[in-house]
Amino acid sequence: MAATVLAKVPASPAAAHAMGAVAVSVRGVDVVFGGDKTAVTALAGVSVDIPVGSLVTMIGPSGCGKSTLLRTIADLVPASAGEITVLGRSPQEARRERNFSFVFQDATLLPWRSAIDNVRLPLEVGGGGSAHAEPAELLKLVGLAGRERALPAELSGGMRQRVAIARALVSRPKILLMDEPFGALDEITRDKLNEELLRIWQETGTTIMFVTHSIPEAAFLGQHVLVLASHPGRVKEFMTIDLPYPRRLAVRDTLEFVRITARLRQLLEEC
Amino acid sequence: MADTAHRTSALPNQGLFAFADRLRDKWPAIAAVIGLLTFWQLIVWGFSVPTYMAPSPVEVLNAFRQDGWTLWANFWPTLFEALLGFIFGNLVAILLAVWFVHSRTAERAFYPIAVFINTIPIIAVAPILVLIFGNGIAPKIIIAALICFFPTLVNMVRGLKAVTPATLDLMRVLSASQSEIFWKVRIQSSLPFLFAALKIASTTCVIGAIVAEWIGSNFGLGALIIEATYNFRAPLLYATVFTAALLAVSLFSLVSIAETRLIKWKASDVH
Ligand SMILES: Nc1ncnc2c1ncn2[C@@H]1O[C@H](COP(=O)(O)OP(=O)(O)OP(=O)(O)O)[C@@H](O)[C@H]1O
Ligand SMILES: [Mg+2]
Repeated sequence: MAATVLAKVPASPAAAHAMGAVAVSVRGVDVVFGGDKTAVTALAGVSVDIPVGSLVTMIGPSGCGKSTLLRTIADLVPASAGEITVLGRSPQEARRERNFSFVFQDATLLPWRSAIDNVRLPLEVGGGGSAHAEPAELLKLVGLAGRERALPAELSGGMRQRVAIARALVSRPKILLMDEPFGALDEITRDKLNEELLRIWQETGTTIMFVTHSIPEAAFLGQHVLVLASHPGRVKEFMTIDLPYPRRLAVRDTLEFVRITARLRQLLEEC
Repeated sequence: MADTAHRTSALPNQGLFAFADRLRDKWPAIAAVIGLLTFWQLIVWGFSVPTYMAPSPVEVLNAFRQDGWTLWANFWPTLFEALLGFIFGNLVAILLAVWFVHSRTAERAFYPIAVFINTIPIIAVAPILVLIFGNGIAPKIIIAALICFFPTLVNMVRGLKAVTPATLDLMRVLSASQSEIFWKVRIQSSLPFLFAALKIASTTCVIGAIVAEWIGSNFGLGALIIEATYNFRAPLLYATVFTAALLAVSLFSLVSIAETRLIKWKASDVH
């Protein structure tokens, strides 16, 4: 089974590049917040290509601009300079065409809507998008079969985040932008959701950009890890993680994994 | 916890049990009321308090019997005024709140005026309105409406704005229009705030109607209060006051029932 689903994902970033398939291209992007005197440069000259079908995790010191980069790609924040293309289009066009979904740190569910109605929300607003998946199927995919009618207040934090992921998948996005989606969860729940995210990634072939504060999480999930440095936010390294998929949690106990996290830690200390 | 237990036991075929259950819940309150009434009766007897000063509960009960028709005839105008005042006051407040949320200029222009109107004691406005509109039903409705107006305006504005930035980000990523955000998010999130205000309004509108009837009226519970006072008919006065309280409590209960019907989810930050 793993072999067949794996076939959907480009075998390597090199293969994706060879096909010319870039999901998100960031070219010399600056983001400056505020006016002349109070200006804060959140990003300076950031360039990176995210291959189609890849899973790229992003880490960096707090305030280095990880969220800002993701939000600029999502057309939530305008770039002050440089160019971003999402599947060859501007972020705004990509947003209108529902090419990407965003998963926030808080699940941001509407508290008066049941789980399934929250998953349906993207189909009810903004023109609804063209393609869509079956909300009930998605709740099953994220392990919430039988809880369709539950209100967010009746669900645990982990379950709420699963609903948010199902909602992000309902418009069948080509790209999933995730900003510390599991940051507020306990370690056990986080581990479980990490494994599930990998499974969903392999089943759907979606390109994923995933911001995290956790070095092990970044290394465990990522095909590549984008390390950002701060003041101003810039790319420190785009590192490829040579661990085969499907990855199991036990991979974190291997010497290879420890070497990777040690390297990432070293990079972060240099930032 | 106890709540759920009650709901499950309130099945139709268990009506009697449910009733017994409710009784068990309420008996401290019932016992307290009976105790206080007995205490009151004993004081009046024990100290031979003259009836015109303070009637005993039994005398008040007699007034209900003897002057039942008078009470009934004066109950309807007050109910009518309070209800119409409630509807108009809240309707204007809600519409104004919607306008304020859509237009910063409108809010800046009219909010201070609303605050100013709120600072004028209602008892001082009443004579002015009676001079303008005569002693018919109109000034009573206007005063009942005025007294409802401000709390609802403030709460509704707060409720419509009580949408987290993260939710607005979500709606933007979904390319939702302003009207979609309004109908799918703002209205819903304002409901708990609105009902908090409506519950206040449901009792104050009765106060408004009665105060207006004091100033210039020969009908309604307010007029009856004045008349009973001037004629030293203390039992009738007390009976009238109880009737007014009953009216306010009934309106409050109706609003509470509507609230539990409409809002199934818990609002976390409504005071
Ligand atoms: N809306 C905004 N207005 C002004 N400054 C902002 C805004 N958003 C972010 N910033 C600034 O931009 C910089 C980068 O912020 P950002 O939230 O992208 O960092 P981050 O890497 O996501 O941090 P964290 O890891 O703590 O989430 C910070 O200095 C922050 O103060
Ligand atoms: Mg962040």
